[in-house]
Order: sequence, then C-alpha cells, then structure tokens
Amino acid sequence: MGNTRSILLVGVGGQGTILASKILSTGLVEAGYDVKMSEIHGMAQRGGSVSTQVRFGDEVYSPIIGKGAADILVSFETMEALRWLDYLKPDGKVVVNDYKIPSAPILMGKADYPEGVIEAIKEKADTWVVDAANIAMELGNAKVMNIVLLGALVKAMDLTDIDWEQVIRNNVKEKFADINVKAFQRGMEAIELARA
Amino acid sequence: MKKLLTGNEAVALGAYEAGVHFASAYPGTPSTEILENIANYDEIISEWAPNEKVALEAALGASLAGARSLAAMKHVGLNVAADPFFTIGYTGVNGGMVLITADDPGLHSSQNEQDNRYYARHAKVAMVEPSNSQEAKDMVIKAMEISEQFDTLVLMRMTTRICHSKSLVEVGERKEVEIKPYKKDIQKYYVAPAVAKELHVKVEERLKRLEEFSNETDLNYVIWNTDKIGVISSGVAFEYAREVFGDKASYLKLGFTHPLPMKKIKEFAEKVETLYVVEELEPYIEEQIKAQGIKCIGKDKIPNIWELNPEIVAASLLEEKPETIEVDSSKVVNRPPTLCAGCPHRGFFYALSKKKNVMISGDIGCYTLGGAAPLNAMDTTICMGASISLGHGASKVFKKYNKDMKVVSVIGDSTFFHTGVNSLMDVVYNKSNIVTCILDNRVTSMTGQQDNPGTGYTLQGEVTEMVNIADLVKAIGIKHVRTVNPLKLDELEEAFDWAFALDEPSVIITRWPCALKKLSEADKKEFELVAGKCEVDEEKCIGCRKCVNTGCPAIYFDKTKRKSIIDKVQCIGCELCMQVCPTKAIIKVGE
Repeated sequence: MGNTRSILLVGVGGQGTILASKILSTGLVEAGYDVKMSEIHGMAQRGGSVSTQVRFGDEVYSPIIGKGAADILVSFETMEALRWLDYLKPDGKVVVNDYKIPSAPILMGKADYPEGVIEAIKEKADTWVVDAANIAMELGNAKVMNIVLLGALVKAMDLTDIDWEQVIRNNVKEKFADINVKAFQRGMEAIELARA
Repeated sequence: MKKLLTGNEAVALGAYEAGVHFASAYPGTPSTEILENIANYDEIISEWAPNEKVALEAALGASLAGARSLAAMKHVGLNVAADPFFTIGYTGVNGGMVLITADDPGLHSSQNEQDNRYYARHAKVAMVEPSNSQEAKDMVIKAMEISEQFDTLVLMRMTTRICHSKSLVEVGERKEVEIKPYKKDIQKYYVAPAVAKELHVKVEERLKRLEEFSNETDLNYVIWNTDKIGVISSGVAFEYAREVFGDKASYLKLGFTHPLPMKKIKEFAEKVETLYVVEELEPYIEEQIKAQGIKCIGKDKIPNIWELNPEIVAASLLEEKPETIEVDSSKVVNRPPTLCAGCPHRGFFYALSKKKNVMISGDIGCYTLGGAAPLNAMDTTICMGASISLGHGASKVFKKYNKDMKVVSVIGDSTFFHTGVNSLMDVVYNKSNIVTCILDNRVTSMTGQQDNPGTGYTLQGEVTEMVNIADLVKAIGIKHVRTVNPLKLDELEEAFDWAFALDEPSVIITRWPCALKKLSEADKKEFELVAGKCEVDEEKCIGCRKCVNTGCPAIYFDKTKRKSIIDKVQCIGCELCMQVCPTKAIIKVGE
C-alpha cells in the first residue's frame, strides 16, 4: 500500500533469478524497508517460465501482484518480457536482457522465436536493453548474467544508495565475489550508457 | 534481530524455538524446505520418511513418547496420511503435535488444488492459518501450546504463497521443553471400537472448548477502520484484502480457523454494512458463516478456481480493472517445463515411445514430463504409486477381454518406496503381466535432490542402509528383473522386447543418476560419467530432426540451415542424440 514498489523478475528456470532476487531483497531489508518476495519452485523450474516478485516499502501486505501493478519488469530472457508485459504499470519501466532462450516448441521447429520483440516492447514502455550475456562472457563467466541484470535493475530503480557490493559479498561464495561485484557494476553502467 | 525468511524457513525456526524434539516429512512442493531447514538444528531429531502416512505415524509415536513433534507434507500428502490423521483426531496427543499441510492453490506443482482446511473440520482437530512468515513462526509455537492445552493435534494450513514468500521474522531463542513421561493409557491410545466410541464423545466436548478458545484467542482479531465494509479473511488472502481495501474496510483476521470463532464473527458482522469473506479456494469460512444465517459476499464473486492475488480480489469485489499495457500475445511461444539436458529419463521414454499397443501408466515426479511432447510416452498420471496398481487393473481387463494391449507402469525410485511397493505386491499376488519400470535416478529429483531409502544417506547426509530395489522386488515375488542403463538405447530396446514377450510380471530398473545430482562417493564408483560434449557435423546432418525429437533442450533445429545445432553450455554429453542419429552426424568432442 501507499509507497510500496513492486519489482517483477522473470526468466527461464536455471537463469539465477532466485539468487538475484535474494540479493535484491537482502539489500532492501538492510536499507530499512519492509520487504516481501515471492518465488515459485518445483515443476516450473525445469526449463519453464519462472517469475519472482519483490515488493518493498514502509509496510508491505501482499507478497504478489497481479496485472498492471509492477513498477519495473526485469526480464532475463527476451521473449519472457513480452509474456509478462501486462503485469507492468502503464508507466512502468522494462529492463530486458538481449538474450534468447528458445523454448521447447521452438527447439523442435514447431514454432518460431518471435521477431522484433525488443522493438515491440520499446513501443509500449520505457525500456532499457542490456546485453548481459556478452558482459558476463567478457567478465569470464556466463553465469553472472543474473548479477549484471541486478546492477541494471538497481540503477534503473535509483536504488544506488544501498551498499550493494557488501550485500553481494555476503551472499555469494568468496571465490566468486569479485566477479559478481564487477558484473553488478557493469550492469549499472549499461543503464548509464543507455541513458547518455 | 529480524531476518528475511520464507514461510517454510519460518516454520523450521518456529519448531526450533518451540522446543520441538522430533520432525518427519516426505518431500513435496511447496512443503519440502520445512524439514530441510529443521535438519540444521541438532536439537531436533529430523527425518525423511518414505511417505506422509509414515511421517505422521512416526510423529505420533514421538508425541506419545512425550516429545513435541511435527510432521510436514504437501496437501495431497495428507490424503496419504489421512488414515492416522483421523484417528489422531480421537486419541489426541501427549507431547504437543503439529501437522503442517502445504496447499498449492494455482497448481504450481500439483495434480489438484484441494483445500485442506476441510480436513480439520472432518477430523475435528484444531487449525491455524498463517498469513506471512512471522505468523508462520509464531503459530508453530502457539500451536504446540494449544495442542498440549486441549489434547489435540493442530493442523497448520499453509499455501504456496506462504511457504515460498519471504518476509521479515523476528528471531528468538529456543525454549527447551521437557519430554513428558510416557504413560500407557489404553483408554486413549488403544482405539479398539469400545475405546473409540468413548473417545468420540470426548472429541465433541473438546470441540466446544476449542470454539470458546477460538472466540477468545488473539489469533483472531479485529482491525477497526469503518462500519461501511467488513472483511473476514485468513491466510495469504488476508494480505490481498488489505492490499485492496487498505483502511477503507474493517477486518476480522482469522488465524485460528477451526473451530471458527462464531461469536466474534456474529459481533463483527452486526457492526458492518457490507460483509465480504475473502478466502482462497473453497468457501470454507463462508459456508459456516452463512449456515448461521449471517449475510455475506464471498464465492459468488471471488473465484474458487486457482490462486488469488490483489488484482483478482479488486476485480471481483470492487469491479476495478487495472490499466494494463496491451500486448499482442500471439507472438509469445509457450515455455513448458522439460526434462533437463542429459536427463536419464529421456532415453527411457524415447525407447518406450516407439512401442505400439501399449498403455503407459505413469506416476508423480520429474519423469511425469515424459508424457509431454515430443516424447508423449505417458497415458496417465494420477497420484503417488498409482502407476503400478492402475496398470495392474487395466491389464487384467485387457487380458480377460482379449484386448491387444500391454501395460507398462513407470515410476521413480522415491515414488516406488513411497507407495509403489504395495502396488507391486498386488501385481504379483493377483497375477497380472505388466512391465513395471522403476526409474532409479538415485535421488528424489522433482522436489530438489532429497535423499530417500534408496540413496544410502539420511536427511542429514549420514550414511545409512540402502534399499536394493532389485532384491526388494524379487522378495515380493517378481521373477523377471533386469537393470539397465537408460542412456543406452539398445539396452532399453532389448529389455522391452524381453519383458513384452513374458506372460508374467516383470520389472525393469533403469539406473543412472539425475543429471543435477551432486554425486556421492558410491555414485562416482558406480557410474562412469562420459566426459565431453556432443557436436553436430553439419556436413553429415541431413536435417531429419531425430535428435530434436528426443526433446533435449540443448538441441536446436535451425530452420534456415535445416540442420541441428547443439548448445555446448547445456549439453552434458549423455550421447543419447548420437544413438538416434541415422547418419552418425553427432560426435563427441573434448573427451
């Protein structure tokens, strides 16, 4: 209610949306917000479409939102952004990863991966496109794509006052801490570059 | 100190703080993490049971021995545990006893969306319903006290959005509770008919006392804002109602929902002009309120199908539709869950899908996905263990009425231990000729890699005895048993031919670890994992799509080139695609 803001992270099972939202929620709690986060485990995780919701404010009631209610949609996969776009407020923002994961019908050649997805989203909402896969590869580990997107989200939501570096270091294995911190910074820069 | 915890983590913390001594469960989404987290506390004896009935009975035994005990299961697990559950309703407890049921509105990972609140009414036990993680923790502690005070099992009803949502929880200290003395009391625990007859009288008396408690407890409380709109709600639906109505409604928030606080409800109803009952799934509260002649609005407007959210509550009760961005969804392609790259089940279903005139009776687990395209190798999936018994019944009819159909029952290792064993006894005892395939991937996979009686490890990862499935089925009376490697199609095909030719029941065990399993020392010794990844030689690929039709998510068919492409990141080199390729266009690289 009131000043509660809602973040919707979507992607494909296995992309690390849950770790990204864990770090996000932890940082928001440390900043003094009331936070609720909801995620789906189980069947859907086997390569299916997954979503995590994070809500924060002075006092948060519902852990989930319905359509037309997200302040920002962060899509870890390109087509998923389109699947979930109607959950966004009409004046909401989109951070979309320029990264395609073909779903089963596409793999089998029974359907085509839709063309012009990013253009279609840009037409409808204030959108930042992040090439998180390339950034992660440049850093030397494709798996940190999720933290690149977390950095982009934090910048896009103007949540930069929080000491994210420390939160990341507290939540990932020590040997992956540096690369994750770098990934986070590169994600923030990606938004800055897009704004400039 | 406050921590951000899921409802399941909060239940575990509540069990710790409540001084719980014993906990047992069978994994099932969305309840699994309760025991996984309880296992972190050395103070609590915690166990994976082979099924929910066993878990509940073990928890009862612990309670009778004087301990505070807890059992946890998903909603359909309580169907399996219903037999002891109803009788515990009669016997009551010694040490406090709580049963967690994790319902799955929206069927995120379940075969139905039954509302288990009715179970509390049916078995006449007390029930609490938390609305967030803090309440989940607090209610475990409170439920233990209620259980001991009223000599009743307490059912705690959670739902997916409570189990798997995180919210802030104040962390407290453990309060040690002494084990109560064990007392032989045949008038209480020896439920022969004459005893049970008397116990039923006591149960009805207990219900009356519990209703008084329900009217007094602060688990049921009023938030007063206005006399225009009143909302009665419980569970996560309460949070949705507050999100929608804010301070434009008054609330009667119900945390103790069996028996309902009818006096409190009547008083609240009299004070408000319009009364809404906001609850997820069935009109459990609403029906009881209406039976008292109280006017209220509930399921005539709010759907009883699938899970709710604030948007649905607002649309139903206030006819408020949110403004949304219009999306051309025709472009969006479905993304159904699939078997993982390198999953040992894939080869099994690929080989089975080639068989004609078969009824494939399936079961509950990752391998249920074998029924989806492109493998399409499953006709039925009903409930845990049903593959074998259902297949048995069908095969008896096919045989007697001369239908040219063979029945293949498909069940996972954990599901076989859960309830499949009994069904296999039926097969032997009543002489059907089904082919039972036990897909032994060395772990309980669907719920996230839990140990089971076949893995050789306990919940805490301690080494324990390992059930040998081949020996077990032979002991039941199966004469024809084969163990095969499901990554080898020729082995599978030969095993099917062998089993299909028999007129007696047979068992084929496919033994290969789950592609996601963290291998144990024993696994490393037993399974020679093949290094390297598969790659398509484009020169040789004729675009026949045979590899694509194994449904491996690492293989992509490039329509322009008319060639298959293998994603090196996903491929784990299981070599199944190499075996189906007619031109040997797929090779192993990086060995």
